[in-house]
Amino acid sequence: MMTREYDFAVIGGGVIGGLIARELSRFEVTTVILERSMDVSMGASKANSGIVHAGFDAERGTLKARMNVRGSELMETVASELGVGYRRNGSVVTAFSDKEREHLLRLAERGARNGVKDISVIDGDRLREFEPNLSPEIKYALYAPTGAIISPYGLCIAAVGNAMDNGCDLMRGFEVTAVERSGEWFTVTSSTGEAIRCRAVINAAGINSDIVASMASPARFRILPRKGEYLLCDKELGGMVGCTVFGCPTEKGKGVLVTPTVDGNLLLGPTAEDVQDRDDVATCADGLSYVERSALRQLPRLPRGKVITSFAGLRAKADGGDFIIEWSERGFLNVAGIDSPGLSSAPAIAETVVDMIGNSGFRLDRKRNFDPFRKPLDWFSRLSDEEKSEVIRERPEYGHIVCRCEKISEGEIRDAIRRDPRPHDTDGIKRRTRSGMGRCQGGFCLPRVAEILSEETGIPFLEITKASGGSYINKSRTKGD
Amino acid sequence: MRRFECRLVIVGGGPAGMSAAVAAYEAGERDILILEREHTLGGILTQCIHNGFGLHRFGEELTGPEYAYRYEKSVKELGIKYYTDCTVTGISSDRTVSAVSAEEGMFKIQAGAVIVATGCRERPRGALNIPGTRPSGVYTAGTAQKFVNIKGYMPGKEIVILGSGDIGLIMARRMTLEGATVRAVLEIMPYSSGLARNIEQCLNDYGIPLYLSHTVSEIHGKERIEGVSVVRVDENRRPVPGGEMYIPCDTLLLSCGLIPENELASGGLAMCDVTTGGCIVDQDRESSAEGIFFCGNVLHVHDLVDYVSEEAAIAGRAAAAFARGDKRGDVNISVHFDKNIRYCVPQKITSLKDTDIYFRVKDVHRGATVCVNVGGRVVSEQKKIRLAPGEMETVHITERMLAENTGDITVSVIPSGV
Ligand SMILES: Cc1cc2nc3c(=O)[nH]c(=O)nc-3n(C[C@H](O)[C@H](O)[C@H](O)COP(=O)(O)OP(=O)(O)OC[C@H]3O[C@@H](n4cnc5c(N)ncnc54)[C@H](O)[C@@H]3O)c2cc1C
Repeated sequence: MMTREYDFAVIGGGVIGGLIARELSRFEVTTVILERSMDVSMGASKANSGIVHAGFDAERGTLKARMNVRGSELMETVASELGVGYRRNGSVVTAFSDKEREHLLRLAERGARNGVKDISVIDGDRLREFEPNLSPEIKYALYAPTGAIISPYGLCIAAVGNAMDNGCDLMRGFEVTAVERSGEWFTVTSSTGEAIRCRAVINAAGINSDIVASMASPARFRILPRKGEYLLCDKELGGMVGCTVFGCPTEKGKGVLVTPTVDGNLLLGPTAEDVQDRDDVATCADGLSYVERSALRQLPRLPRGKVITSFAGLRAKADGGDFIIEWSERGFLNVAGIDSPGLSSAPAIAETVVDMIGNSGFRLDRKRNFDPFRKPLDWFSRLSDEEKSEVIRERPEYGHIVCRCEKISEGEIRDAIRRDPRPHDTDGIKRRTRSGMGRCQGGFCLPRVAEILSEETGIPFLEITKASGGSYINKSRTKGD
Repeated sequence: MRRFECRLVIVGGGPAGMSAAVAAYEAGERDILILEREHTLGGILTQCIHNGFGLHRFGEELTGPEYAYRYEKSVKELGIKYYTDCTVTGISSDRTVSAVSAEEGMFKIQAGAVIVATGCRERPRGALNIPGTRPSGVYTAGTAQKFVNIKGYMPGKEIVILGSGDIGLIMARRMTLEGATVRAVLEIMPYSSGLARNIEQCLNDYGIPLYLSHTVSEIHGKERIEGVSVVRVDENRRPVPGGEMYIPCDTLLLSCGLIPENELASGGLAMCDVTTGGCIVDQDRESSAEGIFFCGNVLHVHDLVDYVSEEAAIAGRAAAAFARGDKRGDVNISVHFDKNIRYCVPQKITSLKDTDIYFRVKDVHRGATVCVNVGGRVVSEQKKIRLAPGEMETVHITERMLAENTGDITVSVIPSGV
């Protein structure tokens, strides 16, 4: 078989790789995303806070500061083009003492210098006028109205999907193990021996970006994984805060935040713990109880027993601290060390990367038929009752509710399975449709969702998995069959 | 979008909804519509293929589907209308019921009275907050039951069950009969919340070990679950050193309690009881939202379906009377209880008539007196050999007790020898 050839190979199907691929798909070039997992958004892009930071955190002059402020400006347009849930809900950082207030003042100053708009320090009473559930012990708060929230995996899936709609390829289960140059071409090989050829490599491999970097030339940086654990609470609590609420960093670690999500849940976390294992996303009792205690400090009336799930993500922190966006040699671009605020920065990083590619002698001609728009994954639930009835008349499966907690219909599930990037497992359906993401966590709908996935894909029911690989759902038939 | 009127809309076609419908019909109501989200009537009973249902109600032991079929047959014979594959998405306080189905699209019904009988669901892993990895193979017992009994698939072969609720116990036996090995049933409390007969017939008869005061502290395995860390706990559910073990398994089933599926009300439609998770109701099972009734496991979790049918019949008769415009009671008596009791249903009395009050105790008591007091006077005392949280109790209140005494009702449990 002929090895497939592309202009660009983007290694890593996270939000960074996805948005870079989408930017490239604006031009008359061929691009492939190489992703080791069986779905996109399986790394940090699936398990993070989902905050589009206003941009007061990073030191002026760093790439982080520049990318964050620019990314936050671009995000609203990107989210609306891609039909991704996004809301400019504002952020606050709370101070419980005068000493912490000094920290707020430093942040405000830094924010102003970074170019963050309308940032101010207010007192506790003023804060509680719009956030009445926050602790009466909060004395001051930094208020940044430009802070926003977004669905991080929604953004990643939509970015990859839109890139694919515009001609980009996606190869899954493609774990890059070797990158070899011969003249103007690179050969990129996977752990299973698959290979593609390309003229340039963009390394957006997240937690493994140092390993991938070193496949081309000795890497000048190292990734230090840092775990963050979360608790996700029932939608009943989604309205407890309107803004995203950060605590000041303390000796015990970086502040835990409390935020509504775009889907209407309340999210608490993350912890910050340095770990060795780059695949270790297990939660632990200490971590989860630290999150709960920290959240209670901000929100003393947070009811117990409303957690619907917990999870953890790994930050791909570079030893130098800042983002790394640079050519390591001709044709090999590292986009590495993209920890927080990587999500916020993603559109700006993609823009920068394409500029760098254009400036380095690659010819980029605009595609005339590029379509920046993508129908939202949740287009059906955005309709009015009358419009829904119209759809149901044409396609009755939209009238069949499968996920009772989130009210997701069979039609929406089938639709998600048919759209690029197609899900291969039930978790993939969950991230696209929210089916199974509600308070029963798939208890009722999992059997039916697995059945629909099997019908749509032709994968036998017994081979349907939760998250691909060995994550089978059923082991065998019962004795009677 | 279609809109129409109906005198009595029943949400949920399980045993509660069907029993309510039959009772309303018998009380003279003819314009009844049951809305059921599944493809068939019967609710969760359709997957409960074991027997043990109906001893109270029919005086014989039936399987779940047989029990449900008795009601389904009545519903059909009486010509009571029902829509299946139809999900109710909202109820407003003026009794407009919003629903969706493939045939009707989105539609709205203006109801004379509404009965909500949507059942309950199991507490999932997330709600239990068990740390560890997130592999496949962690299911609620009910999900596993659906796979095995309805779909004909085995989730796994090496099973650990967390929680000794009845569904967990039943599934321990079921999985064993299907050739799996149930390595352990773990219960965080010092007693099982399941029925005593299920401990005997589902665990002891098969030599399945039950570890009381034990729980899962961590889940292991990257893709599929590979094992669980188990700890022993004290009375406050805190781990105690020395009780740790690791149990390899390919499946963890959770049977850690049921929660009323009360979303239609909890959005602000009616006042809720934080302990039951259901609504606050009067003796007719009418909630704080006028003309909207609740019964079955959406109101509070019952031990036996027989009691569900019984309660639903009360709601059915009362809803029929409401739809007819009958005169209503005008008293306002609250039901209180002492520290040994977890909850009582109904929580209030609004008309003077004979009423059963259901309650659950917090702890196991060997020997106790259940005492009912109306307006400060003891009106009944009952000796009990054993009381346990897993077994619902009732006290009977007569119209006379209420007529002869004025004031609230208090139910208390006085342990013997105290
Ligand atoms: C706990 C936590 C909280 C965060 N909160 C925020 C926040 O609120 N706001 C914000 O702006 N940012 C936040 N971030 C940062 C943000 O999540 C990341 O910056 C962003 O998701 C990085 O995207 P990525 O595409 O670089 O990485 P990833 O999403 O990790 O994608 C990398 C991809 O590369 C693939 N891959 C790895 N190795 C190979 C290989 N050899 N071959 C092929 N594919 C490979 C992986 O499978 C993965 O899919 C947070 C991060 C964490 C962990």
